[in-house]
Amino acid sequence: MKHITKSISFLFLFLIFISQNVFSEEKKKLLNTDWSFKGYFGKFDRASLQRGYQVYAEVCASCHSISYLSYRNLAEEGGPEFSAEQAKAIAASFEVIDGPNDDGEMFTRPAKLSDKFVNPYQNDKEAMASNGGAYPPDLSVIVKARGGGADYIYSLLLGYDDPPSDTILDSGVYYNAYMYGNNIKMPKPLSDGQLEYYDGTEATEEQMAKDVTNFLAWAAEPHLEARHKIGFKVIIYLIIISILVYLSMRRLWSRIEPDV
Amino acid sequence: MSDHNYVPSTKLAKWFNDRLPLLSLSAHLREYPTPKNLNYWWTFGGILTFCLITQIVTGIVLAMHYVAHTDLAFASVEHIMRDVNYGWLLRYFHANGASMFFLAVYVHIFRALYYGSYKSPREVIWIIGMIIYFLMMMTAFMGYVLPWGQMSFWAATVITNLFSAVPLIGESITNWLWGGFAVDNPTLTRFYALHYLLPFLIFGLVILHIWALHVPGNNNPIGIELKKPSKDTVPFHPYIVIKDLFALLLFLIVFAFFVFYAPNILGHADNYIEANPMVTPNHIVPEWYLLPFYAILRSVPDKLLGVIAMFASIFVLVILPWLDTSKVKSAIFRPLYKQFYWILVLDVLVLGYMGAMPAEGTYLLIARVATTYYFVHFLIILPVLGKKEKTLPVPSSIMEPVLGGSPNPNTIKKKELYS
Amino acid sequence: MSDQKKPKRRDFLFTASYAIGAVGVGASIWPLVDQMNPDKSVKALASTEVDVSSIEPGKSITVLWRGKPVFIKRRTQQEIEEARAVKLDDLKHPEKDEDRAKDPEWLVMLGVCTHLGCVPLGDKGEYNGWFCPCHGSHYDTSGRIRKGPAPTNLEIPKYEFVNSNTIIIG
Repeated sequence: MKHITKSISFLFLFLIFISQNVFSEEKKKLLNTDWSFKGYFGKFDRASLQRGYQVYAEVCASCHSISYLSYRNLAEEGGPEFSAEQAKAIAASFEVIDGPNDDGEMFTRPAKLSDKFVNPYQNDKEAMASNGGAYPPDLSVIVKARGGGADYIYSLLLGYDDPPSDTILDSGVYYNAYMYGNNIKMPKPLSDGQLEYYDGTEATEEQMAKDVTNFLAWAAEPHLEARHKIGFKVIIYLIIISILVYLSMRRLWSRIEPDV
Repeated sequence: MSDHNYVPSTKLAKWFNDRLPLLSLSAHLREYPTPKNLNYWWTFGGILTFCLITQIVTGIVLAMHYVAHTDLAFASVEHIMRDVNYGWLLRYFHANGASMFFLAVYVHIFRALYYGSYKSPREVIWIIGMIIYFLMMMTAFMGYVLPWGQMSFWAATVITNLFSAVPLIGESITNWLWGGFAVDNPTLTRFYALHYLLPFLIFGLVILHIWALHVPGNNNPIGIELKKPSKDTVPFHPYIVIKDLFALLLFLIVFAFFVFYAPNILGHADNYIEANPMVTPNHIVPEWYLLPFYAILRSVPDKLLGVIAMFASIFVLVILPWLDTSKVKSAIFRPLYKQFYWILVLDVLVLGYMGAMPAEGTYLLIARVATTYYFVHFLIILPVLGKKEKTLPVPSSIMEPVLGGSPNPNTIKKKELYS
Repeated sequence: MSDQKKPKRRDFLFTASYAIGAVGVGASIWPLVDQMNPDKSVKALASTEVDVSSIEPGKSITVLWRGKPVFIKRRTQQEIEEARAVKLDDLKHPEKDEDRAKDPEWLVMLGVCTHLGCVPLGDKGEYNGWFCPCHGSHYDTSGRIRKGPAPTNLEIPKYEFVNSNTIIIG
């Protein structure tokens, strides 16, 4: 077995070597917090996801779309797990454009569970025009689309600061310690007590940043819990069958040679 | 080979076998005499077969949901990840499967380099293998384009632009590849078609690869020829089958770790941003398995020569059986070659590292040294080494000691396995 | 050969490996099969709302629901009586018209022939109901199979009247 262990560890080291180097881009060390979804048994914190949705809806949604999410996802297993009624009510509070009807005209109606999240702007151009030429990125997979993932989003939300004295910022540009190049066009989105959580949690800046990042992490990877759960079973299974096959192999080979 | 004498036990089987000798083939595969001293580095052939088949199966399944259109490709991948039953599992399996496939193929290739498996009479196996490797790179590259993220788009742009280095007709070639004046929908659809086709070509070549292997039989750690069944060989089934299976299961544990716990670690975050022809990501890198070639490409300051160097780095591998002049196969009996071998491994790792770094300053300098060494290894060291090196005596059999007090084969075997 | 001395353990080991291996192979095939089942976005598109206020008695409209046509027919008094007069014994697939059309004026059913899935034509056939041109199945004014190869009556989807003008199907 020794040589097998050796080979496996060699492979591992090689992969870690490669992957680390590909991702060693971030210069400033990111803030991190205790994400409940990390680790082999990681799960999302439901209450935090529900609060995170509230932050998204009340703060982010005025500029950022999250277009790959549907309202039904809010009630699905492994997510915020709102009740079906709550999710329906949330959906119904948004107007979507449907049609054409029998008269050939487009009309609006309250959204249903099957509808995708409504975009704040009709198209990318409008989004850019309304935000000083900067396109507010879609948030559906933002956590996977940035090196550093959840830590990066969390840091960015809390990374607003006064610029160093030697930096002069253009108007409509803000200083953020974690943004690439430190210039960001999004104004500081969160501040203490900006909203009132339905569950009574105190809405501090850190709390909101954490909740909304949790929400975005789920939005990017809605099947994370299933993945962790199935993965654990698969690996346990593979270990058991490996041992069985190893013992069978020893038995077979013992007919001709003691040492495989 | 023993299967010439195979007679099916029943009349029906004999009738069928006389018309299509599938049973003889199966008997041949089962009885195929395999050296009994094959170590675990030899199990990667089976692992690769598994990788190819799972890539084809998961790929066909993903193709049932994927839409090859620039407006819809990214969204259809998100649809697979979110809505399709087990779609996330299938996609992560396929995406990480590509990395696992390359990991296995690199082990397989470096095993062949260490034990001289490319040498006579196995040159054709080696060359077919190199063609498979080249097709794998093309397939992987085109597959990487399909999700239509930023890395997809810019990888497609950069790689297809390699052909613009061709004098005079370069631009015509790139326009022909693109079906337009830039990477766009026609490019995506043709890449999709080819990404679907090439794996089946690879599959055909794999059959030839194995066929060509079964003519001379396996090489083995001590590099002696063992074609006939003897006390040095075991039947492929069940002895080698179960050993391959065991190795495959261990490999699957690593594979599962990536799929379930780090599914995006081998990819690049930018590929979760939809392709945008107006903005290039700050730092574009190919997938890890192509990094050494990328480093070679960038270390040559001239556009055309860079492309030539990159293709040449694969081509020297194709002609390797004639560059290595040594008659002795296994590095066990070639003390000097063994050292150069490990330097080459290190060199390729360094090239891979440099491929991921920005091409400037010290990085570029190191990449240039490593590129030069790569070619020196194959074009100068190997031919000269074969003539000059004092090799150790090779035993005549796995089981029998060599005459004249040379190393005991058991010690050799032990040393090989545990060193 | 040592394994001949302990055949039981050897057998157990191999059998266990085969059995557990088979379980694993089976489990890994399931995702490949299940991915072809209707996905979550398809299942979510369950209901369609239809405005029926403009349908005259004796006329019908066809709307699309879950990718299939749904016939919504506003029946005349004569058609209702015709449908209700039929004896159950005469039917290949006995169902009362009262059970098929809760509100006798409105018949809502899937426009898919139960034989092989073609769309039957309205106001045709020997029973003044529907007629499938593919293989000649005749349906009556309640959409029940009367003649031809179709095995069952036209299927009634789940639907309800939200108000007197609007039906929700699904």
